[in-house]
Formats: sequence, structure tokens, C-alpha cells
Amino acid sequence: MTGPAPALAVQRLTKSFGGLLVTASVDLTVAAGERHLIIGPNGAGKTTLFNLITGELRPDGGAVTLFGRDITRTPGWRRAHLGISRTYQIITLFPRETLLRNVELSLLGRSRARWNPVARLDRQAALVGRAREALARVGLEHLAERPLSQTSYGERRRVEITMALAQDPKVLLLDEPFAGLSIEERRDVLRLVTGIPRDVTTVMIEHDMDVALDFAERITVLHFGQVVVEGTRSEVVAHPRTREIYLGE
Amino acid sequence: MKRLALAAALLVLAALPVWAGGTFYINIASQILLYAVFALGINILVGYAGLVSLGHAGLLGIAAYGTGQILNAGHGHAAAIAGALALTLGAAALFGVLSLRGTGIGFVMITVAIGQIVWGVAYRWISITNGDNGVAVTTRPSPLGLSLASPSHFYWATLVVFLTALGSMAMLAASPFGASIRGTRDQPRRMAALGYHVWRIRFLAFLLSGFWSGVAGLLFVYYNQFVSPQAVALAASAEALLMVIAGGSGTLLGPVVGAALVVIMKNVASAYVERWNFVLGAIFVAIVLFMPEGLVPGAARLWRRATARAAPRVVAGVATQGEGPAR
Repeated sequence: MTGPAPALAVQRLTKSFGGLLVTASVDLTVAAGERHLIIGPNGAGKTTLFNLITGELRPDGGAVTLFGRDITRTPGWRRAHLGISRTYQIITLFPRETLLRNVELSLLGRSRARWNPVARLDRQAALVGRAREALARVGLEHLAERPLSQTSYGERRRVEITMALAQDPKVLLLDEPFAGLSIEERRDVLRLVTGIPRDVTTVMIEHDMDVALDFAERITVLHFGQVVVEGTRSEVVAHPRTREIYLGE
Repeated sequence: MKRLALAAALLVLAALPVWAGGTFYINIASQILLYAVFALGINILVGYAGLVSLGHAGLLGIAAYGTGQILNAGHGHAAAIAGALALTLGAAALFGVLSLRGTGIGFVMITVAIGQIVWGVAYRWISITNGDNGVAVTTRPSPLGLSLASPSHFYWATLVVFLTALGSMAMLAASPFGASIRGTRDQPRRMAALGYHVWRIRFLAFLLSGFWSGVAGLLFVYYNQFVSPQAVALAASAEALLMVIAGGSGTLLGPVVGAALVVIMKNVASAYVERWNFVLGAIFVAIVLFMPEGLVPGAARLWRRATARAAPRVVAGVATQGEGPAR
């Protein structure tokens, strides 16, 4: 192989739950800085693939590499330190805490200060400042002190993406960021997603083709745990198998 | 204002031997404080880490038995205290490794099993623990030349330990590590994805909790000057857990209020009502029905509602909006 190592590569990755093969020898290569879209019908194994990449699940076979480094056996928490951040299809945040505290927890995750049992978290000026800045960038600073449970679904989705971005990820995995959003909320999140810095390699799972197609440079179509089509946006859209599986024609 | 109230409360607590009216009440105050230290320790695990333990009396007992037997082997109080704490920390590390193989009900069941093993050793391994006869401690230590033999001196020493525990708990709760512990309680998956080592955080919470249980064990054995298998029985673990839950788990003052409730019911109500256990049970039922979050958060909720009703409507609306950021 020549050229720089891909940001994220998955080789012959396999995972089954009992007798059900959910990830069947999947190969996926995402170049550094690429915006990659993964589509496929329900049960195609998209989220499972994310869970295998982030280390929440252990694969039965195959390998995951990050910038050429084999991370297949690396525990999930360490992968966050190596530069993988993610969002969840079902928003997974801290509902009792304020938006500010949510973002602070994200920043702390990458900081050694998370072990400090004697300092006051709300007096960590640098950390709190960075958290406020991160919220300000997505237009949520006026809600910083509000508990997450008192915000709208769209606002929570923006907080979740903000938290992932606040960790300065090298590879960002977005699991259906537009699911369940109203049209206006979708617009806000789309603005946020398209504004993600170009040096962040982004992989997105999405059902909503209208929104997602504009975002993607390359697309992978998954079906029953297998890669069916892979290519540039126009290649995949034009491919007969895509229409057959995904668009149901 | 807040500082003034705190200073006044400290003064009232420090002067308790003067106004309490007798040795009996001074001793009850000492008991409340020592069980408060125990409940605060359990609260780290139950309240902040979300891991319910039913075996912590075992840790208290290991510290108590350890102190007694080191003293009986002819060593001094300093050696006994240091040795007992080291022993308890070692045991907490072992128990933590074993019980953190599970979470939720699995964790509870492993802590029950471990607690029962400790009880079994206390009851049956007579050469080490003297079995049913228990272990007696004949003297109390004299830190800084002040003998703790008298009830008021012992109360003051216990008060100092209690305030240290409370202060360090307040510090932990406000710290980044405290936030990490609560995060693993609320969203362990998300915490791992954010780069937190969830297991290690829980293990450290277990150790901290074990440390304060050990400190409570020292106070226990010096207060009673005796420890027997009863102290490490499942009922003792359950009682301490009830203190935490009744007072309000995951709050700073909840475990203290819970400890006060149980100790007062045990000692004071039992003088007037023969079936004081029945009264205590009825109180727990009432707490679960009307303040399921515990006495301290429940009282705070009622207070907020009462003050909101007292204020004029429009002002109340503004007040609730501004309530979010207020700490």
C-alpha cells in the first residue's frame, strides 16, 4: 500500500449475536478528512458497525485500524483518547445535569483532571470557559445553566454533537443525527454538521437521504450486515442495487 | 449569612455536652455521628456511584475486629488504628474487585455474599474472632494527651472525625472526580465513549467508601469497647443502607439525617414504645410513600413549594424561571 494510512479502516469485520450474523465480513476504508455516509435499511447492522469501531462491542473476527494503528483489542475508553468520538441514535446524555456540565464532562473525559477529587469543578476557569465557548459556537450559550431535561430534542442533539466535537476528535461517528427532529431542528443540526471542521473525518449513519446526500462524499450501502455498494455519491446513487435495496424500487 | 448559620451550627454541635443534659444524650450524639460517618461512606457508593451495597457492615466489622485484635496482641492504639485501616482498605480492594464484576442486582448479591462470609468468619472462626463472645477493647486512645475515656471527650473526637468526613464528602461531590463518579452512575456507556475508565472510577469509589466505613469501624469499636458478630450481620448492613436511603442518597446531608433518625428511634423511642421497630418501619413506609427521594431532598421540595405558594403569583413565575442557575 502506498500513501498515508486511512483515518479509519475496517477489515473483514464480523460479529454475530447468537445465530444472527449482523456484521458479515465488512470492509470499510475512510480517508483522512473524508465525509462518509453509511446507509441501509433497518437491521442492516449500521449501529453495530459503529459499536464495533468504538469498542462497545468486541468483534468475532476482523480488525479495526485508526490511522494505521490496530485498535481491535483496545478498550473503548482508550479509543476516545486516540481520537474517536461518537453520538448515539438515541440521545445518551446526562439529563439531570446542566448543558454546561454535560459539555464539561466531555472535556474532562480527555483531561487528566477527571481524577482530581479535591478541586472544585465549577472553579476550573479554563475548562468551564472552553465548555461555554463550545456551547456558544452552536448558539446554545443562553441555555448553559439549564438542566438538559428541560431542553428540546433538537437542542439535546446539538449538545450531543457539541460534546463530541469538544473532544477534538480525529474521527467523528454520527449515528442518525437527524432522526426524530422537526424540520427547523433538522436545519439547525444540518448547519452544525456541515460546519464540522474539514480535518475531522466524519462517518454518518442516516436514513434521511435528502439531508444526508448533500453531506457525503463517499457512501457505503449496508444490507443484512454486508457491504453491497461502495463508492462516490453519484456512483452509489446511480447503482441499481442501491435503488433496489434502499429506495425499494 | 450562610457562613454565619454554619458557624452557629458548629458552635451548637461543639457545645452539645453542655446543653444535652446528661451522659445518656451525649452518648447518643456520639452514636449518631459515628453512624453518620458510616452512612456517608456508603453514600459514596450507593448515592454517587449508583451501586447498592448490602455488605458494608463487613468492612466496618473488619476495622473493628482488626483494632481489637491488634490491641489484644499488645500493640498501641496508633498501630491498631493504622493497621485496622490498612486491613480494611485491603479488604475493600478485594471486595471491590469481586463485586464490581456485576452492576445492579448482581452487585447487590455479591456484596450480600461477601458480607455473609465476613459474618461467618466472625461467628465461626473462633481462633481469630473469638466467635460469639466477641472481642473487647479495654482502653480508648488519648490523642494529643486528651483521654477519650469520658463521654464528652469521646463525643468531641467523634465530632472532629465526622466533620472531616463531611468536609471531604462536600469536596468530593463538587470535584471533577465526583462528577466522574456521578457520570458513571447516570450513563456508563456514554462515560466510556467520552474516555472515562468506568471500572476504575467505580473501584476507587468502592475504596473511598471502604475507607470511611473503616473509620466508622474504629469509632464503633472505641465507642462500644466491644465488637461481636452482630455488628457485621446482614441486618447491620441493611440498617446502614436504610439510613442512606431514608435521609436521601446522593445528597450531602441525607446520610447524616438518616443516621440521626435511626439512632434516635433505636435509643429514645425504645424507652417509650416497646415495639420501636414497628415505629421505625412505619416511618420508613411513610418516607417511601411521601418522600421517595429521601428526607433531605423531600423536605427541600416541600420548602420550595411552600415558599412559592407564599409569594405572589407573578413573582413566583419569575422566580421559577430564575431557579435553574441558582445553586
